[in-house]
Amino acid sequence: MPVLTKEQQDYKRFAKNKKPKPPLLKNMIMAFIVGGIICTIGQIILNFFVSRGLTPGQAGGPTAIIMVFLGSFLTGIGVYDKIGKYAGAGSIVPITGFANSIVSPAMEFKREGFVFGVAAKMFVVAGPVLVYGISSATLIGLIYYLLNM
Amino acid sequence: MKKLGSQTIKFENPPSIIGTGTIVGPKEGQGRFKEYYDLILKDSIYQEKSWEKAETKILKEAVEMAIKNSKVPTDKIEYLIAGDLLNQIISAGFAARELGLPFLGIYGACSTIAQGALLGSMIVDGGFAENLVAAVSSHFCTAERQFRFPLELGNQRKPTSQWTVTGAGAMVISSQIQNPRITFATVGKVIDMGEADPNDMGTAMAPAAVDTIVRHFQDTGKTPDDYDLILTGDLGSIGKDIAEELLKQKGYDISNKYSDCGVLIFYPEQDVHAGASGCACAAVVTCGYIYKEMLNGKYNRVLLVATGALMSTTSTQQGETIPCIAHAISIENL
Repeated sequence: MPVLTKEQQDYKRFAKNKKPKPPLLKNMIMAFIVGGIICTIGQIILNFFVSRGLTPGQAGGPTAIIMVFLGSFLTGIGVYDKIGKYAGAGSIVPITGFANSIVSPAMEFKREGFVFGVAAKMFVVAGPVLVYGISSATLIGLIYYLLNM
Repeated sequence: MKKLGSQTIKFENPPSIIGTGTIVGPKEGQGRFKEYYDLILKDSIYQEKSWEKAETKILKEAVEMAIKNSKVPTDKIEYLIAGDLLNQIISAGFAARELGLPFLGIYGACSTIAQGALLGSMIVDGGFAENLVAAVSSHFCTAERQFRFPLELGNQRKPTSQWTVTGAGAMVISSQIQNPRITFATVGKVIDMGEADPNDMGTAMAPAAVDTIVRHFQDTGKTPDDYDLILTGDLGSIGKDIAEELLKQKGYDISNKYSDCGVLIFYPEQDVHAGASGCACAAVVTCGYIYKEMLNGKYNRVLLVATGALMSTTSTQQGETIPCIAHAISIENL
């Protein structure tokens, strides 16, 4: 960020009072409710698999697959962005939001073709999540392994 | 010498706006000025294979409508001055390909209609043409995919964000003597007050609007009393408040005759947060509502101050602030 002059700093201070405050409480409540609902659905699915004989560990995989499918499907039919408008973090953070972040650019850039559009642009939103998520998991895993040697 | 002060032009033979064309998308067609547009689309893809192709079609047809409404035969239209928000101004370039007119592509972000009108007026008043058309377009979907996020992404828009208008506005500028006429133009300087949030362009652009308005008054010796309406392009509700207060601090109280196209074009129930933006915002309001109400005599002296934010996604990602510009044109019934 370039260093601001005094005039620019004064303006920033002046303009700050004019900015509407985001409705923090409402946003947090909605995120809690919607995020909670999504996780509850996931739990129901996991419990179903466990009731059919899988261990909780084994049930994790198919549960994630179904949740990703739901996120992708709702994105494909144009519903997920409407949920996101009200839910904010509640629909972005769960795995359904991750699916939405990959499916939405894939849909958007289909017009640029399957190579440079869909395939290349598919990870434009989720890319940082993958890179930093996998890297930090690897790093933590390495530290854990070394500490336990 | 046609120059007043440092940035203002006084046209010796004020060129006339003799015809306009406006096309808007469905959301705009449910807004405040629905009675004033020439065409309201049923959907924003307009039977094309991509949003970009739709925007090109919308711009091309707005130009054709303006030419038709001007009653000037197409072969007497000497230049097309046009621009839009997309990289390499492809809407304008591809529309120019279809229209076959000598083409001057310009970029001023959302200030482009004022920039095009003032350049067109200089060309006509300077005797370089008798009839030309200035036009701009923007499209919500093309702007989102270039500047922001994929349409189906489930993210929340900030309260300060603005909604890009889908539409195009075109005006035929002529040496014919007919009201309304473009009497003065003030060319803006790039003003950067250190704002870096691309989700709050009103705050970034307001100082540029103020700078140009003050310069216009100082160069011409006019005051707010010399106008029935002072209209900024797309400062939105926050930028409008800031501009009004800054102007008051500089000794210009415009509160009883000031509005902003971004605030007017949609109703509050249409939930566009701070307001509308896009090249078409100022263009469809000016070429639709303002032009028609000036023909009716509701307004006789209007100062249009269209504002633009000159950043790109690259500059923002590199941590740069947002440089802005505002161009003013004075439209009067003489």
